[in-house]
Amino acid sequence: MGDIRLMKGNEVIAEAAIRCGCDGYFGYPITPQSEIMETLMIRRPELETGMVVVQAESEVAAINMVYGGASCGKKVMTSSSSPGISLKAEGLTYLAGAELPALIVNIVRGGPGLGTIQPAQSDYFQAVKGGGHGDYKLIVLAPASVQEMNDFVDLSFELAYKYLNPAMILSDGVIGQMMEKVELSEFKPRWTAEEIEKISGSWATTGKKKGVTRRISTSLDLDSAKQEIFNHKLQAKYRAMEENEVRFEKIDCDDADYLFVAYGSSARICQKAIEIARAKGIKVGLLRPITLFPYPTKAIQAMLGQVKGILSVEMSAGQMVEDVRLAVSGKVPVEHYGRYGGIIPTPDEVVEALEQNFLGE
Amino acid sequence: MAKFKGAIVVDTEKCKGCGLCVVSCPTKVIELARDVNGKGYHYAHMANPDACIGCSSCGLVCPDTVITVYRMKVS
Amino acid sequence: MTATTELKNIISEENLIYSKTPVLLDNEMHYCPGCTHGVIHKVIAEVIEDMGIQEETIGVSPVGCSVLAYNYLDIDWQQAAHGRAPALATATIRLMPEKYVFTYQGDGDLASIGCAEIMHACNRGENIVVFFVNNGIYGMTGGQMAPTTLEGQVTATTPYGRDCKTTGFPMKISEMVSLLPGTRFVTRQSAETPGAVRKLKKAVKKAFANTREDKGISFIEIVSTCSSGWKQTPVQSNEWMKEHMFPYYPLGTLKDE
Ligand SMILES: Cc1ncc(C[n+]2csc(CCOP(=O)(O)OP(=O)(O)O)c2C)c(N)n1
Ligand code: SF4
Ligand code: SF4
Ligand SMILES: [Mg+2]
Repeated sequence: MGDIRLMKGNEVIAEAAIRCGCDGYFGYPITPQSEIMETLMIRRPELETGMVVVQAESEVAAINMVYGGASCGKKVMTSSSSPGISLKAEGLTYLAGAELPALIVNIVRGGPGLGTIQPAQSDYFQAVKGGGHGDYKLIVLAPASVQEMNDFVDLSFELAYKYLNPAMILSDGVIGQMMEKVELSEFKPRWTAEEIEKISGSWATTGKKKGVTRRISTSLDLDSAKQEIFNHKLQAKYRAMEENEVRFEKIDCDDADYLFVAYGSSARICQKAIEIARAKGIKVGLLRPITLFPYPTKAIQAMLGQVKGILSVEMSAGQMVEDVRLAVSGKVPVEHYGRYGGIIPTPDEVVEALEQNFLGE
Repeated sequence: MAKFKGAIVVDTEKCKGCGLCVVSCPTKVIELARDVNGKGYHYAHMANPDACIGCSSCGLVCPDTVITVYRMKVS
Repeated sequence: MTATTELKNIISEENLIYSKTPVLLDNEMHYCPGCTHGVIHKVIAEVIEDMGIQEETIGVSPVGCSVLAYNYLDIDWQQAAHGRAPALATATIRLMPEKYVFTYQGDGDLASIGCAEIMHACNRGENIVVFFVNNGIYGMTGGQMAPTTLEGQVTATTPYGRDCKTTGFPMKISEMVSLLPGTRFVTRQSAETPGAVRKLKKAVKKAFANTREDKGISFIEIVSTCSSGWKQTPVQSNEWMKEHMFPYYPLGTLKDE
């Protein structure tokens, strides 16, 4: 069993990175996630595991450092919050286009623009639909607890390397700033040069050895025919993720007449809302997507014969609700409830929204 | 003083006829051919081979590195 | 002895004194006739061979005409987004400090869109080599103004000549980076004559030796031509460069510590 601690979500991201054998972190300060880099700087992992931590000159530089590090077959990551992720969009699409594994953490704050430093979930579209140009997908994991902040760091790297694709932890200021009990992961050593050669030897740019084909990390192919074939390959990879990597949690769904769909901190609020609603005799359950891409479309569809209405609860003006509606295809009513701009909905508000939308009250 | 005789070999199919070797040659050995290669370039050739001293100037400045230079000591 | 038999005598293995280094691949370069990129590639390749560092060298290519530089030098490469090569190189050298890492960037790439990345890599003194190909123009996109375009120079976006009142002044990047305490070696070279190529090669050797000695960043600007962008023949371009570029971008070493 790993160490049990009381820690902030952001600090746990840093600790989990060191423990999972991460080789490099490249970041730029922005609230509400600066503690990630600050924690790393205090911890001095360069002395402990040899992990490199660099404060870059901008988010653009940071994500391109990630591209360089990932090109070497190293486990590398960055973190930021919404305005910073917009700047990182360039690097995200290049990473996806060059099929490079990396971890990007987004501790979302309210927008658009400079917005607010308070928590929000209004970067869903940016995370799961694109953000950068071209037909690409990120693997997106949405933690709902400090424990999952710990667990998803290692999981993100695992998936990123399995599919050679960037992975994002999409969290928000609530979970980033929240203190909770957490069981930290055991320490894993960083990969040695030999291990990197074994794991990523077909593509990692570590210097061309004699008799070995040289490696080029690029997203460029000027030949359209080849570019289309490459895009087919990417799409096949995304379909494989949809087949194999969907993760979700169902709470109180067995007898549910209504369903909340919510991720991250909204899912926590919905859990409280379920208690309140059930005390009033409303049988409601929660489906919590853990992976936002790949999305638990089939899990939602499996509930359609059972529930009479679905309420998508998000700290946004309604983004994930579109994916719920896509899954439902009009078979049951789907509504959205959200607060945004940095406002966190209360469980009572959520229950009220459920009643108003589906129970004629 | 030892004297040198030189010679160059141009990969005429890869030559782009830029002419940079022509002006770099101190003894005016090289000219661009009247003929063109497969790509339509007037390729470089030794028009005045006797003058070549094998100094490698042309090889150094050729952007496409298509010139090989040989040099032999003659008493 | 007839002239032809004499030639045959000379052209033999033991008399070979200059040939393509094996570090340069056989792929035909896509550059326009006379393009300085080709000469610079060759010089870098020759130094890599001479120093025996082919297995340890990682190049970072930019966006610009040299985006495909990875097709020409037989080493491992990373291809960066426009202007970001120094960021990739930073991570690469930090994570593999025993390697030789260089960026190869045009003036649009380095001096315009990537100005922040290069300044900060220089300021941090990353242990890398930077090749800055200053041809005073955006070659790849069809000859638009670069930050280095000279006053009055005609380009696709300064069709009446660069007006410094509205477009700013040609940027002297080597002078700028030489002021940063992080840089160790800053030099401005060219590659239009055999002598210039030899000097350039010396500078490149010194730069990679600096990496070997963990000295920090070496910055080599190469004042170059772009005959397509300048709409001149390659030979005219070299003359134009000497007459107009050299006075504004004087050759020589600005810093060597
Ligand atoms: C983000 C982005 N903006 C613009 C471009 C288009 N673009 C390609 S090359 C280039 C300019 C390159 O000029 P320079 O760096 O001077 O290189 P050269 O071709 O002259 O060697 C531009 C603007 C791009 N590829 N990416
Ligand atoms: S310099 Fe090279 S490419 Fe140019 S004309 Fe001479 S041989 Fe041909
Ligand atoms: S456009 Fe200019 S820089 Fe580009 S290959 Fe041609 S001559 Fe060289
Ligand atoms: Mg240029």
